[in-house]
Amino acid sequence: MATTAIRTPAYGAEYPGEHGGLYSWLATVDHKRIGILYLYTALGFFIFGGLEAVVIRAQLGAPNQHLVSAEFYNQLFTMHGTTMIFLAIMPLSSAFFNFLIPLQIGARDVAFPRLNAFSYWVYLFGGLFITLPIFFAVAPNGGWFGYAPLTTKAYSPGLNIDFWVIGLQILGVSSLAAAFNFLTTIINLRAPGMTLMRMPMFTWMAFVVQVLLVLAFPVITIALVFLLFDRFFGTNFYNTVSAGADPLLWQHLFWIFGHPEVYILVLPAFGLVSEVIPVYSRKPLFGYPVMVYSGILIAVLGFGVWAHHMFAVGMGPIADTFFGLTTMLIAIPTGVKIFNWIATMAQGAVRYTTAMLFGVSLVGLFTIGGISGIMHSSPPADLQQTDTYFIVAHFHYVLFGGSIMGIFAGIYHYFPKITGRMLDEKLGKWHFWLMFIAMNLTFFPMHFSGMLGMPRRIYTYDAGQGWDLYNAMSTIGAMIFPIAMLFFIYNFFKSRRSGEIAGSNPWGAGTLEWSIPSPPPEYNFAKIPTVTTRYPLWEGKEPDHESARINAQEGKTPHELGIIIPYSTMKPLLVAAGLIIMFCGLIWSHVLLAVGAGTLILSLYSWLLSPLEPEHS
Amino acid sequence: MATSVAHTSAPTHHHYTTLGLDSRKVAIWAFIGSECMLFVSLISTYLIYKGRSVIGPFPHESWTDPSTGQVLKPILNIPVTSASTFVLLMSSLFMVLALAAVQNKELPKRTRGERILGNSKLWLFMTALAGTIFLSFQAFEFTSFVHEGLSIRRNLFGSTFFTLTGFHGAHVTAGVLWLVTLLAIDYRRGLGSRDSLLVDICALYWHFVDVVWIVIFTLVYLLR
Amino acid sequence: MNVPDSAEAALHAPTGEVEHSHPTWSIYWKVATILTIITVAEVWAYYIPSFVASRGFVPTLLILSALKFTIVVMFYMHLKYDHRIFRVLFTGPLLIAALTLLALMFLFGHLYIKVM
Ligand code: HEM
Ligand SMILES: [Cu+2]
Repeated sequence: MATTAIRTPAYGAEYPGEHGGLYSWLATVDHKRIGILYLYTALGFFIFGGLEAVVIRAQLGAPNQHLVSAEFYNQLFTMHGTTMIFLAIMPLSSAFFNFLIPLQIGARDVAFPRLNAFSYWVYLFGGLFITLPIFFAVAPNGGWFGYAPLTTKAYSPGLNIDFWVIGLQILGVSSLAAAFNFLTTIINLRAPGMTLMRMPMFTWMAFVVQVLLVLAFPVITIALVFLLFDRFFGTNFYNTVSAGADPLLWQHLFWIFGHPEVYILVLPAFGLVSEVIPVYSRKPLFGYPVMVYSGILIAVLGFGVWAHHMFAVGMGPIADTFFGLTTMLIAIPTGVKIFNWIATMAQGAVRYTTAMLFGVSLVGLFTIGGISGIMHSSPPADLQQTDTYFIVAHFHYVLFGGSIMGIFAGIYHYFPKITGRMLDEKLGKWHFWLMFIAMNLTFFPMHFSGMLGMPRRIYTYDAGQGWDLYNAMSTIGAMIFPIAMLFFIYNFFKSRRSGEIAGSNPWGAGTLEWSIPSPPPEYNFAKIPTVTTRYPLWEGKEPDHESARINAQEGKTPHELGIIIPYSTMKPLLVAAGLIIMFCGLIWSHVLLAVGAGTLILSLYSWLLSPLEPEHS
Repeated sequence: MATSVAHTSAPTHHHYTTLGLDSRKVAIWAFIGSECMLFVSLISTYLIYKGRSVIGPFPHESWTDPSTGQVLKPILNIPVTSASTFVLLMSSLFMVLALAAVQNKELPKRTRGERILGNSKLWLFMTALAGTIFLSFQAFEFTSFVHEGLSIRRNLFGSTFFTLTGFHGAHVTAGVLWLVTLLAIDYRRGLGSRDSLLVDICALYWHFVDVVWIVIFTLVYLLR
Repeated sequence: MNVPDSAEAALHAPTGEVEHSHPTWSIYWKVATILTIITVAEVWAYYIPSFVASRGFVPTLLILSALKFTIVVMFYMHLKYDHRIFRVLFTGPLLIAALTLLALMFLFGHLYIKVM
């Protein structure tokens, strides 16, 4: 190891002294390390949620099976959805927000490094809080959208929904804290010359996502507060039985959050693919401004379409027409993005690396999901499709084909930057093709079983309704995913230890993050660059030679460079722990509640009153 | 009286920022934007359920209990709430004075009036005091409502009313704690103009909580 | 590639009149007085039964409340004088929030009854 001039890319060895060992991870406030924590944790939850899906599919593989009970099946599909959305895709996106936003805009860290650590710990604890109950068969069982009044005490008396309400509340804290942080970072920590219209597309989409988060999460927070109050204090928000509550209140509040949420899930992947496709086509992103504006338009329109999830409840012709129309409208900016990616590839020098394969597959698969989306944007058509497997097919094409494929494109593309080593391309291609086949084999037949009337969320079905073949296909497809993931996991750990050394810019990319060593030093940029173009490494008209030279240097410590690095601290972790203990107290004991609140307040004060970093000398 | 307000959003530490603003101020405005959605969710629910309670007490109408024949009067107490609204409005005035006092800490004070206006401790204290008075009014209101038969579990009005105003009250409480913390810092080491950002972001939060009350006061208390 | 970036330029432009028109002490007092007067008017209106029964009551109170809201935000929160980005961060969400509220009122059948 010592013979090579390039340092070990392992993070532990990166920062000597106080930076090694477990403490360094518990106390880190470095956005790159927090990004890595997000990545590992979210991949863990992704695998767990995937295993739940495998059990679901095993149960549905043939008619009249009884592998799991109906009651446990409810827990499985609820936790599968909840896990994938809140514990896998969102935090995987967060992993990239953390790792990439500061690097792409030429910053040394996020605006509030300690808040960033706090977000991660709250996510981890909240994730465990909502996941562990399944081992005791008391997991949430009301579906990922937890429709009230079904989820009120009257109909769901057990602890299951308590875990769900509180768990989502906790995760909301994490998402909101992170969103304020990234929003501020993007607004205020861009390097000189990094104008909004020069920002890399990933950062742009991240920006839009933070806006969506900041506006959508308060709504679910309140909807959950109502449910929490109903369950714990006997209020009447969803008490349709005796208090005259409106059964649609939850649905409206939930989907006001829920539709922006689906864009929160997919736009980061769009951003990643917008980085990947230009690099492997060796062409700047086609129609950059249009990409930006369509992203903004999606965000704005995204708040005006929520009731397309409720066509079946009978809102009346005016509302149905309005929401049908806006839903059709939102498909336009979405479609524009597809065309821009295709135009970027057109006449480019396309290299089909694994990252590119995942990226291109997003373009195709997401389009399929978009088209089925437009099909049920029409209320009469939706009445046939709603609550059937057709919907399941739709959202898996957009969420798996869109978000997950995009995120894997991002992982293959950025792994070298994160670890300093390349992922194995051959194993990567195995992973991709298996995943691609599995994905289509699982979800394409669901269009048919859905059209034939198979409802969602049934734990078994009778033979002879024409659903058997399609279900068998879906189940076979689902069994291929674990194999694909084994290739990925093996590749990941093998490459991390002994992959080919990457160097700062293995793919010949053009954006700032590739101008610094891989993995980047603690301070990212030895000298903050001045940006003059969108792809500084490709087309620097007045290349910032000075900073480029300094930034490419390896192995300088922050001290040598006179760069101030924030203190490591475990206070954010303590605050997060206090928060979680407090919420646990709501379920188990008032003592715990008081202990949690005390820990929270004390460590919060101690955090706020201690300086972020050493004084400037 | 040249007590003009200095620009307080410049970063108080050495880091470069794109807009030349302190990140904390950007964040607090983003937070306030987010809070708009939070309170709109609460207010919407209150309005959606307005007039839909199956049993009384009601906010503006009296109600006769069919089983006992007992008459429950309209429950909202407009004079008391008008008073507390006024107190909260005044707290916003105290808050701007506190901010101005901190920002102009280093300016020479010649007259007695200037010294009073420049007393940041006084105005921080007055703001926190007004907040506390407002909270006491709310505590009084809540307990008297409960005595008159309106609990949070009683009907849709009770649930939505207590949750909406309770959320606002929780925000005021957080604000008072924040103000008291600033006051403590002012006593311990003195707040100077270089700290004005600390007071500025607290002030923004405080005023926002005040404007939310302006909306609640009209929608809940005055409109029938 | 170097498209002139008007949005960006606008963000960077320090709001023109910043330096000379900060609200002063006397403005704060005036604002407080106006707020008090409006509040008194609102409560007063509440006690005039004929006005409460009239069609003008709801709109009048909504307008007065919006006026107070705007005054506090503009002067006490300095939005009138401060950096443009703050205005964007506040008015954008406020607009979406207001539209959501209106949509909900309509969907639950209130707007129709109350306004028309
Ligand atoms: C072209 C754009 C899109 C259109 C027109 C569209 C339309 C719709 C409609 C009308 C529904 C309701 C169907 C029903 O329940 O009857 C729906 C459901 C859903 N969509 Fe989309 N959609 C689009 C894009 C997306 C994207 C980008 C995502 C996520 C990345 C997504 C995720 C979902 C999910 C998760 C559901 C089901 C929620 C549930 O019932 O559990 N959609 N979509
Ligand atoms: Cu939707």
